[in-house]
Amino acid sequence: MSTDSPPVLVTLPAVLVKLFPGCGRQVDVSAACVGEAMDVLNSRWPGMRDRLCDSTPSIRRHINVFVDGERATLATPLGPGAEVIVLTAISGG
Amino acid sequence: MAQKLLVLVGTRKGAFVLESDAGRRSWALRGPFCETWPMNHVVADQTTGTIYGGGGNEWFGPAIWKSTDFGASWTHSSDGLAYAAGETPIKSVWSVAPAGGSLYAGVEPAGLFRSDDAGQSWRHVAGLRDHPTRPDWQPGGAGLILHSLVPHPTDERKIWVAISAAGVFHTADGGETWEPRNQGTRADFLPAGENYPEFGQCVHCLVMAPGMEDRLYQQNHCGMYRSDDGGRRWESIEAGLPSSFGFPAAVHPRDPATLYLLPLNGDTAGRYVPEARAAVWRTRDGGESWRALRDGLPQQNAFFGVLRQAMATDRLDPAGIYFGTSTGALYASADEGDSWNCIAQHLPTICSVETLVVDG
Repeated sequence: MSTDSPPVLVTLPAVLVKLFPGCGRQVDVSAACVGEAMDVLNSRWPGMRDRLCDSTPSIRRHINVFVDGERATLATPLGPGAEVIVLTAISGG
Repeated sequence: MAQKLLVLVGTRKGAFVLESDAGRRSWALRGPFCETWPMNHVVADQTTGTIYGGGGNEWFGPAIWKSTDFGASWTHSSDGLAYAAGETPIKSVWSVAPAGGSLYAGVEPAGLFRSDDAGQSWRHVAGLRDHPTRPDWQPGGAGLILHSLVPHPTDERKIWVAISAAGVFHTADGGETWEPRNQGTRADFLPAGENYPEFGQCVHCLVMAPGMEDRLYQQNHCGMYRSDDGGRRWESIEAGLPSSFGFPAAVHPRDPATLYLLPLNGDTAGRYVPEARAAVWRTRDGGESWRALRDGLPQQNAFFGVLRQAMATDRLDPAGIYFGTSTGALYASADEGDSWNCIAQHLPTICSVETLVVDG
């Protein structure tokens, strides 16, 4: 991650935040793509990347990440001020 | 010395803990824990009292949960619990086994992991998946799962694992190399003449007799078996039982000849207790003869099953025995199975039952 990566705001689902004491629903990070944002989150709350990404590596099947309203992958670039929203998809039984 | 007994219950919607004193007459239930994640196996390290829970969440993937205060608080980790990039990712943890100072975890798709720091981080025991038979392992109904982990009680190099539906495998060198140990177990889903393969059997549960490390028992999709040579050769012990199908098996804490099974009516017949009448079946002679234990269990309209890790004994004397049903009821016996009480009901589907005796 470059030191001049753009600042972005990441919104996390409440059910994820419960797993990481001290983490808030909204987090400011500097990242050039979604994958870098995951790295930043994981550095602050070790293990968070495993909850959101699998070892393929890709975003987990039932996790949806949107960047400025568009469905994203780990490679999706982040511009300055981008809004990243992480949501849990419909699943379970 | 005052003792308390914990019954650890893994369910499709979290972990639960039931607690009683050594009399085992009244029980207090706590839970759900682990944020209601599906928990395939909740088990305690009998030496430290630490409780571990293995499971997998549809959203957040596999993890192993840990409590060092008998369930009051929990943390989780999956650090290192992953296959190489490009391989099918791990979906969930199916079994956890403390062994000496280490901890093993079996996962889906089938593989083995080891932790040497009490579950904080994990490393792949790659030798098992390097076995030349692995490309031909086929998933059972629950997936390709490593569900039974049987470490040798004193020789840390020796481990038996059971994979559905690849069979039993054994290592004598700490996991570097493995050999299938399935001789004598049937695979009724293969044509006659090919139904005793080297591997590929659908083993449902594997347990070791106490104080007799070469004696193993297994409940298989196709029969019940005993081995007296560490699994090199298996003998059928299903004569006298109401079916050859079931999931769990539980050994007595001290008597290697006593085994508890819970046969179901058959793989294509509904997979509930035969004639809708619940019974645990006990042998006192290594499977030569069987007795149905029904006192206190429902004897009509019982359409439940019991999953592969959902029966356990405790180490008190007389031994307690416990099983949890697919319909969320937990039954307990404090007299080695002679009589039973329902100690919890309306829980989620019960995946596992284990016990922990805490000396006060």
